[in-house]
Order: sequence, then C-alpha cells, then structure tokens
Amino acid sequence: MKALTYAIRGFGRELRTGEVLVLLAAVALAVAALTAVGFLTDRIGRGVARQANEVLAADLRLRSPDPVPGEWRDAALEYALQTAETQTFPSVVFAGDLSALATIKGVSDNYPLRGSVRVSDRLFGEQHVADGIPSRGEVWADGALMARLGLRVGDYVTVGESDLRVDAVLTYRPDQSIGFASLAPSLLVNLLDLPGTALINEGSRVGYALLVAGDESAIDEFYAAVEDELPQSVRVRNQEDSSQRATNAADRAQRFLSLTAVISLLLSAVAIAMSARRFAHRRMDTVALMKSLGARQRFVISVSCVQIVMLGVLGILIGSAVGYAVENGLTVILADLFASELPGASLRPVGLASGSALILLVGFALPSLIQLRNTPSLRVLRHDEMPPPPSRMFVAGTSLVAVALLLYLTIGDALMLVIVLGGMLVISAALYGVGRLLVSAMGRSRGGVGIAWRYGLANISRRGRDSAVQVVAFGLGLTVLLLLTFVRTDLLEGWQRTLDEDAPNHFVINIQSHERGSIAEIFQSGGIAAPRFVPLVRARMTEINGESIKTREYPEENGRWMANREQNLSWAESLSSSNEIIEGTWWPPDYDGEPLVSLEEEAAMELGVGLGDKLNFLAAGQEISLIVSSIRHVNWDSFQPNFFMVLSPGALDGFPTTFVASLKIEEQQNNVLLRLVRAHPSVSVIDLEVILEQVKGIIDKASLAVQVVFAFTIAAGVAVLFAAVQSTIDERRFESALLRALGVRRRTVLAGVLTEFAALGFAAGLLASAGASILAAVIAVQLFDLDYSFNPMLWVGGLAGGVVLVCVSGFVAVRGAINVPPIDVLRAA
Amino acid sequence: MSNHSANDNTVLAAENVTKQVISPEGSLTILSDVSFSVNKGESVAIVGASGAGKSTLLALLAGLDLPTEGRIWLNGVNLNDLDEDGRADVRATSVGFVFQSFHLVPSLNALENVMLPLELSGRERPRQAASEILKQVGLADRWSHYPAQLSGGEKQRVAIARAFATEPAVLFADEPTGNLDSRTGDRVMDLMFELNKTSSTTLVLVTHDQALAARCEREIGLDAGRLVSDNKLIA
Repeated sequence: MKALTYAIRGFGRELRTGEVLVLLAAVALAVAALTAVGFLTDRIGRGVARQANEVLAADLRLRSPDPVPGEWRDAALEYALQTAETQTFPSVVFAGDLSALATIKGVSDNYPLRGSVRVSDRLFGEQHVADGIPSRGEVWADGALMARLGLRVGDYVTVGESDLRVDAVLTYRPDQSIGFASLAPSLLVNLLDLPGTALINEGSRVGYALLVAGDESAIDEFYAAVEDELPQSVRVRNQEDSSQRATNAADRAQRFLSLTAVISLLLSAVAIAMSARRFAHRRMDTVALMKSLGARQRFVISVSCVQIVMLGVLGILIGSAVGYAVENGLTVILADLFASELPGASLRPVGLASGSALILLVGFALPSLIQLRNTPSLRVLRHDEMPPPPSRMFVAGTSLVAVALLLYLTIGDALMLVIVLGGMLVISAALYGVGRLLVSAMGRSRGGVGIAWRYGLANISRRGRDSAVQVVAFGLGLTVLLLLTFVRTDLLEGWQRTLDEDAPNHFVINIQSHERGSIAEIFQSGGIAAPRFVPLVRARMTEINGESIKTREYPEENGRWMANREQNLSWAESLSSSNEIIEGTWWPPDYDGEPLVSLEEEAAMELGVGLGDKLNFLAAGQEISLIVSSIRHVNWDSFQPNFFMVLSPGALDGFPTTFVASLKIEEQQNNVLLRLVRAHPSVSVIDLEVILEQVKGIIDKASLAVQVVFAFTIAAGVAVLFAAVQSTIDERRFESALLRALGVRRRTVLAGVLTEFAALGFAAGLLASAGASILAAVIAVQLFDLDYSFNPMLWVGGLAGGVVLVCVSGFVAVRGAINVPPIDVLRAA
Repeated sequence: MSNHSANDNTVLAAENVTKQVISPEGSLTILSDVSFSVNKGESVAIVGASGAGKSTLLALLAGLDLPTEGRIWLNGVNLNDLDEDGRADVRATSVGFVFQSFHLVPSLNALENVMLPLELSGRERPRQAASEILKQVGLADRWSHYPAQLSGGEKQRVAIARAFATEPAVLFADEPTGNLDSRTGDRVMDLMFELNKTSSTTLVLVTHDQALAARCEREIGLDAGRLVSDNKLIA
C-alpha cells in the first residue's frame, strides 16, 4: 500500500520530465498496431460472417445449369416451405451509345427469402430496404452500372431485346459476392421480364436457382426427399457451408495482418527493453537512496513495478485510441471494396492488444526491474557501484517466452508458432550480423575524415551493439514499406510487359453455333480478322477411376473444389500456342479413337490424377468417359481462351456447344462491338482492360491499407532510435558540453551528430533496399513466374528514405542534449 | 541487548573491521583492522586524506556494506548477522543520512522527500511531522518545490530535515558541505549542529575540512585504511 502511494505520487512528475515518454510510446505503438489490425479484421470478419448468414438469400439453395424443374418447387411447397427462383447470367446492357457488362439477375416474388435488398432513389442517396422485387418492365441497377452508362433513375436501359425502366439504385443484395464486390455490377430484373429479352438460349451460361426457406426440420426433410432425385449438376448449399468458407477466408486475412502487426510489436519490444534499461538505470540512485533510508527490497521493486504498470495502462489507453482512429481511416479507404457497410468494431481487440502489451512489458522490462532491485545501497556514497547485470539466460528466457506467448495469441497454432519463431530468430540473428558488419565498416572508415565526421562515426562504432540494433530496426520497417511501394507496381508492370502487344483484350462468350458466320462477318467488315471460335461444353465431373468425386480423397483441399466445379470442356485438333505438353503426348490431328482428355498441370495435381486415369463427366444429361492422355502447362497470362480440360476431336460431338472467341480490338474499333451486341444480344463481350484496371484498383487499395499497418513498423523503428538515443543522452550531453568547452562550435557538434544518424540511416537503407530487392526477386520468380528487373528507384528511395528518416528523428531525439549550455553540464558532472 | 563488551552508553562500535575489494589488479585492502566505539549523543568527525577509507568506513558503520572481517554494532544490533532487508530495517528506525550531493528524489517535492523516511519507518501523521521539521530548517514556504527548483543550500537543508525527521539514534553525514560554497556550508552546518544538540542524536561526520571537524567533540583520523588517531577535541 505504501509502495502504491509512493509510486502514484512520483508518477505524474516522471511523466512531466519526459524521460519515460519513449517507454510509453513504445507500449502505445505496440497496442496501436495490434488494435488497428484487430479492429479492422474483427470488423471485416464480422461483416463477412453477417453476410455469410445472408449470402444464400435463403436457408437452402439448389443451383443448376438447367432450368429448375417444377417438381422441386412443388416438393418444397408440400413441406410448407417458402420458395423463390432466380436466374443469373452475364450480358452487355446499353443506354444510348454506352454499353457495359452486367450481371443480370432475374428474381421471382418472395426474393430474397433471407436478408433484404436495399435500394436508394438516386446515386449515393440514402438507402432503404426495398419493398418486394422490381415490377414488370422495371429494373434496379447497381450504382457502378448506372455510373458507367450515365443512367439516372427513370432512364431506360436496353437488356437484350427489351427496354426496361430503371426504378431504383440497387445498393445491396444479400447474395452478392462476399468480400470484394463482383466485377460485373448487378441488374435486378423481374423474372417474368427475362423471356422478353431473348437473352436465354440453349447453351447460354445461365445459373438457375431454387431458393428455399422455412422451418429447419422441414428443410431437412425436404432435402432428404429430393436429394436422390437431384442430377449431379445441381449444387446444394446451406447456411453452414457458406458461413464456414467465408469465415475461413476472414481468418486467413486476420492471421496475415496480425503477423504484420507482430513485426511492429517486436520492434516495440526492442524499444521497450532499451527504454526499460534506461528507466531502471535512472532509478538506481533513487533506489539506493531509498534503501539507505531503510526501504526494503520488496518496497523498491514494488514502486518500480507499479510505475511500469501505470505506464503500461496509460500506453494501452493511448494506443487503443490511436488504433481505433487508424482503423476508422482504413475502413474509409477500404469502404468501396466491400459490398455492404461494415458493422461497428467490438472491444475484443483492445483486450487482446492490452494483454499483449502487458506480456511485452513483463517479458522485456522485467530483467531491468529485477536488476534494479539488486542496486547496492552503497551507491549513495559511491556512484560507480552497480547492481550485477541480469544473467543473459534470464534476459533471453523472459523475452523468448514473451515473444512465444504473443505469437501464440496471434497465430494460435503450435506448429506454425515454432516455424515462425524459428524463422524470426534466424532472420534476426542474420540481420543483426549484417548490422554489426555495416557498423564496423563505418567505424573503420573514420580515419580520413574531418572532426564532425570522425565524432559521428566514432559514436556509431563505440555503441556498436545498439547501433546494429537500430540499423536492423529501421531496416526492417523500410524493407516492408519499399516492398509495398515499389515492388507492387514493379510486379504489376512486369506482368503487363509480359503481355503480348497483340494479346487479345476482349473475350466474346456465349456464341451459339449458328451465330459464328454472322459474327465473323461483322468483324471482317470492321477491319478485324475473323477470330478463331473455340468450342465449349458445360459439364460436371462425376467419377474418377470409377470412384464418385464426392467420396474421393484429394491430395489438396482445392482438389475437391476442382472436382465439384462446373467444368468448361473444349476440344482441339492442335495444341494452342500458349500450352506446352509436360507429360504424355498430344493426339494426332486426324485422331479418331476413344475420347481422350489433356489436363492442365495444377488441375491434375489437385485432383490427384495422372496419365491413363479415367474421368467421367455428365453434360446435358449424357455421360462421357475420358482417358487422361497428357498433362499441359498453360500460360494463363496469354489471354487466349484456355481450359483445364481439352478433349480430343469428336469427343463432344452432339453435345450443346457454345463458342468463345478472343480478339484484339483497338479503341477506335469499338463501334464494331456495338454492332456485334446489337445484332447478337445474347452474346457477351468482356473487356479485359476494364477488368485489369479494376483488379489494379483493388490491389492498390488493399495494399494501401496494409501499408498503413506497416507504417507502424517505421514508427516502432523510430521508437527504437529514440530509446537508443535516450539511453546515451547523459553521455551525449556531457560530450557535447566538453567539446564545446574545448572550443568546438555548436554547429560542428551538430554536424557530428547528424553524420552519425545519416550513416545509421544509410546502413538501414542499404539493408532495406537489399532486403526488398531480394524479396521482390523471390516473389517475382517463385510466385509469379516473372523475370525480375532491377529497379534503381528502389535503392534511391531506400537510401534517401533511410537517411532522411533517421536524421530527422535522431535530431529531434538529441537536440535537447546539444543545446544545454556547457557550464550547466560540466558543473553537474 | 547484546553481548558487546562496550558500555551501555555505546551506540556504534567497530571491532577489528577490515574491508577488502577485488579489483582488476587483485585484492585491495581499503580498511585494515579498525576498532572504536561511539557513545550516545557524541559528535565524531572521521578525517583523512582522499582515499584514506573514510567513506568506506561510513558505509560499513551505516550497514550500507559489510566488512570482509570484523564486526559492526549499531544501536545494539550486530549488522553482520542481518541480511540486506534486516539492515534496511535498522536504518529505517535508527539511522539518518546527509550526503555530499544531497540525494533528494527528483520526482518528489521537498515535503514528500522529508516524508519518505517517516513513511518507510511507519510513523504516524508523516505529513504533519515533515512539515514541522521543514519549518525548523526554515523552508516552510518552499515545501512544494521540487529539488530542481531549489538552490544547493536549500537542497541540503531539505536533506538535513529528512535526516532528522525520524529522530534517528545516529546521523551519518558524508562531506555535507562538499558541494556548497563556504558561507552556505557554514550556515548549513550551524543548522545541523543545532538540531543535533536539541535532538541529542549521535553525529558521525566524514570530512576533510579541518574547520568542520573541529566543531565535533571527537576526531578519528584514518590513513591508508588504518586508524591513526582518536582525539577528544572538547572536554
């Protein structure tokens, strides 16, 4: 109790002297980084979960590539369930001369059975829950679509052969894609209006769905009754499946972001350890005094512990507030990436961050406090009396335990923890080694330079260990920032460079067999060579080597998805130029034997299928049996129509076939497209450049958000620098005073200090540029199959950034020490 | 009380005290076989040249350190028998300090600095007692000032107030005027001797200032760690 009173009494004064501010800042930073990420992922996670519950717009959804038979609906009605139907397909829609690809969604009365549609009366107007579905002759159009077509509520939009009136702006529908908004904006249409558009023909890519909702047991009974009747091509999903997938995705995002926050956390830990050392050192005199006045060890340690905890609590409060503010900023940046408004943040992340901050404090500040406890009281008489340093094992042990605990809280997986921890230890040791080398190289170069330089460089090498830690701390922060700033654009540009100048920029899909001639003519009359029409048959896989795909075990989780997805089967006489056979052989052009299939390499790997294996498919109610005859590597970046499964000629004869074509169309030739879609309204044109731009926009925004999180790493680096400067501030003050007393001008002393920081910043920049280049090369070559081209700007940015950043923050940290009049310092010494 | 041979009036005694430290050059003897005792209420100056072992002896007498050989008795307790916390307890109840560099806690104001030993020894109404003694040293109006806001002389007066606050059996002063100009030093010493007289505290003073030593009743001389003189100055 006495210790508590005493600790509280001195605390305010401690804060005012500013010496504990670095410790406070380090704790606040760690908490801010963790809470910002925590709040964000918590919000996104709960947003995703909320959407997942609505995502089917029903309790059960039966989706089929074929129209929904009336019996299913009747069966549902027998179990007193509510039903609704939807039909979804992509199509180009028009308003005057403007056109845009849209996702047309025809809905019946009762839609949606779960969740609600929200609309507004004008673009960016206030949204409200929609009443029912669009009336006949009317549509609700997504804001993006309206913007693209220059539409306003009340205008007409041409959908196939119908002109429909835009009645409202569609702001939300429960079954839109989770997470990133669907690339083609939606147009909600009354189901009864769809026949009038003439867009649905045989072989059109329409998704039919029967939505069912009602009493849970009735749903189960209904499903049990129809399950066996359902064709293989029908996909059934209930709430549980959908929420599980969505939650998994959110979990992964959370782990990734949390790991990035951990980097800032660990740097903060270094700052905490350094400033706790200073905290303890400064208290040694007081502790010795209190002991000489009769205070027991427990009292002095309690006082320091209480003060550290108070500091921690204050840091947690500040950090949480900063984290919350940053998260709000991030939510604004990311706002239009998410389909619906994100729910408010919960307080859970604050709890997690506070716990982590306390663990950091205990793990990294405890050794210094324990050492403080052992301060000899004799120090009151003999100032050089020091407590014995805490054992290295103890220091390493407590910090390792703290880091492991933190990582476990963030990662929550023992094996991954060991891997990450091991990786971190190795990387830190390597970085520290490099830092020491850089520092010693700088120390050696001081022979031939002037006094300011010599003084600065001497400072670096004298404090070799701390200097190396600072280089590494800043280097790490800079590395991740450089990686995100330069490498991201480099990679995107690198990828765009690999695209052939003549690479197609438009896909034309949904071409019926009889339309091919007329479409070729339209292109030719517009000065564009007739495209190659690639056949496409939609099918579902049923068996692999006689075993049902439902019961089969897959080598990778993706294999199940690959087997269950709707397959686009194509056939070809010759191998496309963007494909390469890596196993087996391609069939001769005149092949006429049993049906063969050539598999894309990753699909083959995920399915666990090799040469000679037998795959069974169901297409339009007919079975096809195929033998795997080759495995292909596909260059997907070629923008040619490519398929996971290509069949031998004749294998798909007699199946309903549509065709796909890819073309390079210059901007001035766009009127050809307009003619094409007007003449063939059921054909869809996909503009790849628009999609590419959208993807770039999403990547830019997402990485901006990640960058904000990484900015914490830089801030933590600054905290380390401040802590390091502060731990030497008495020495610096004395040296500066002494030099000035000896006649060195203040400016020269300052130049020396700036030299020191510039050199540190240079070393950190060097480390960061090298690190970012190596990482970029690995990412480019290993993950994206791109050639990495050296970017000199990355080095310029890294080195300049390092020098400026460290100089500015170093100057701020040290300027007080230089400005003290020499006489004050020398008298006090 | 104790089995110490000195008389009941003894408050402090050193018995064949030797102190050795390990230095890079090997073992170094700082004090060698020092023995003496101090009576209640006596004022003793320990004098000697720089490095004679004065401060080391003071540290041993106050229980801040332990001798390598020999024994120390403080207020009837053998300090050798106590651990660090035990010696701290003895100091809390029986010892006051005045240091050359004042040693005030920078984050506490003058009043709180004086309250510190009162609270540590569990006295009642420490605030009142502290403010009373601050009044005695002439700093009643400066109680809320922090050490950084006080002059050297004022700091030392706060330190004296703190040292006398608990009415200790023994007050140790280590070069108390070392950081003060001679006029201020004289005034501070006047105050200390005055308080010493009124509270009948035993005073043990380490100094190399002959004039200051001359104000004590007795002078113990050290040279190279050995006790070389022990003179009564005032009959």
